[in-house]
Amino acid sequence: MHSIQNTIQDTPFELGGKTFTSRFLLGTGKFRSKTELSATIEASGTQIVTVALRRIDLEHHADNIVEYIPQDVTLLVNTSGARNAQEAVRIARLAQEGGYGNWIKIEVINDSKYLLPDNAETIKAAEILVKEGFVVLPYIAPDLYTARELVKAGAAAVMPLGSFIGSNQGLKAKDFIQVLINEIELPIIVDAGIGAPSQAAEAMEMGADAVLVNTAVATAENPASLAAAFNLAVVAGRLGYLSKLPKKKAIADASSPLTGFLYENSKDQDTITKQ
Amino acid sequence: MKITINGRLKEFSSAENLKTVIGQFSGGHTHVIAEVNGTVVKRPSWEQTAMREGDAIELVNLVGGG
Repeated sequence: MHSIQNTIQDTPFELGGKTFTSRFLLGTGKFRSKTELSATIEASGTQIVTVALRRIDLEHHADNIVEYIPQDVTLLVNTSGARNAQEAVRIARLAQEGGYGNWIKIEVINDSKYLLPDNAETIKAAEILVKEGFVVLPYIAPDLYTARELVKAGAAAVMPLGSFIGSNQGLKAKDFIQVLINEIELPIIVDAGIGAPSQAAEAMEMGADAVLVNTAVATAENPASLAAAFNLAVVAGRLGYLSKLPKKKAIADASSPLTGFLYENSKDQDTITKQ
Repeated sequence: MKITINGRLKEFSSAENLKTVIGQFSGGHTHVIAEVNGTVVKRPSWEQTAMREGDAIELVNLVGGG
């Protein structure tokens, strides 16, 4: 996988003061086992994984997930479970005090039906956490004004959802993500709803800087294999974008020369092209 | 002395400090992060942190997440 990435004439992916060769971020939730997670991280070629914070089970021992994540992979702790800015800030501080670095994916959700991120609370949390020195990656419903506020707040990236979280529906919010790609100077990382490698490739072809996938990979019959496929798709989409895709046309445009093969004179040629 | 740990009320002797309390409940858990009454208490300070009636402790750890 790495050999393919090395063939791309691309600038490194710069995020939060670090540089990465992989533009595929992997979420670590919903895996059937930690050994499967470990194998999937390896197969994915990812350099950034997301994790969450939760209360420990007081009665039962559980392995620490960190033991299954290679040390050279950057940990991005999310604030899942936060229902407002205040709770997101609290989770971020806990993660930092726990020694898990200062990268934080702000995720504020207070709607249990659609699980849509609360953009207003996310902006508030971003403003506070940037001031405290965090590398802030906010997960948002794609909205230009929200993204502009996050730029002002000093966020390191913007992470718009592709479609409902965990839905595998792909880029339902495509047009609005494109607006962010066009107008926002920060890295755009498409997060949530990406259910197939083709969808990840599509996001990258649009000009997204990176893609984050969790549910699709973790719940696949073969997570490691699908993670490898996503990695290739992200690389393919990125190459497509860098190659500057030609514009779509409304009518046919022959791929082969239209000079006659068997018909020599131009009159016959006209007959052919009009058929 | 009653202390709430992760939302559950527990009874302790009065001589407890944060380290001894965590030792009883986080068996096997590594890298536990502790918060007392909404404030994070770093590991080196656990032993010096005396417990009081009505304290609320949160013990958290990293788990898989997207």
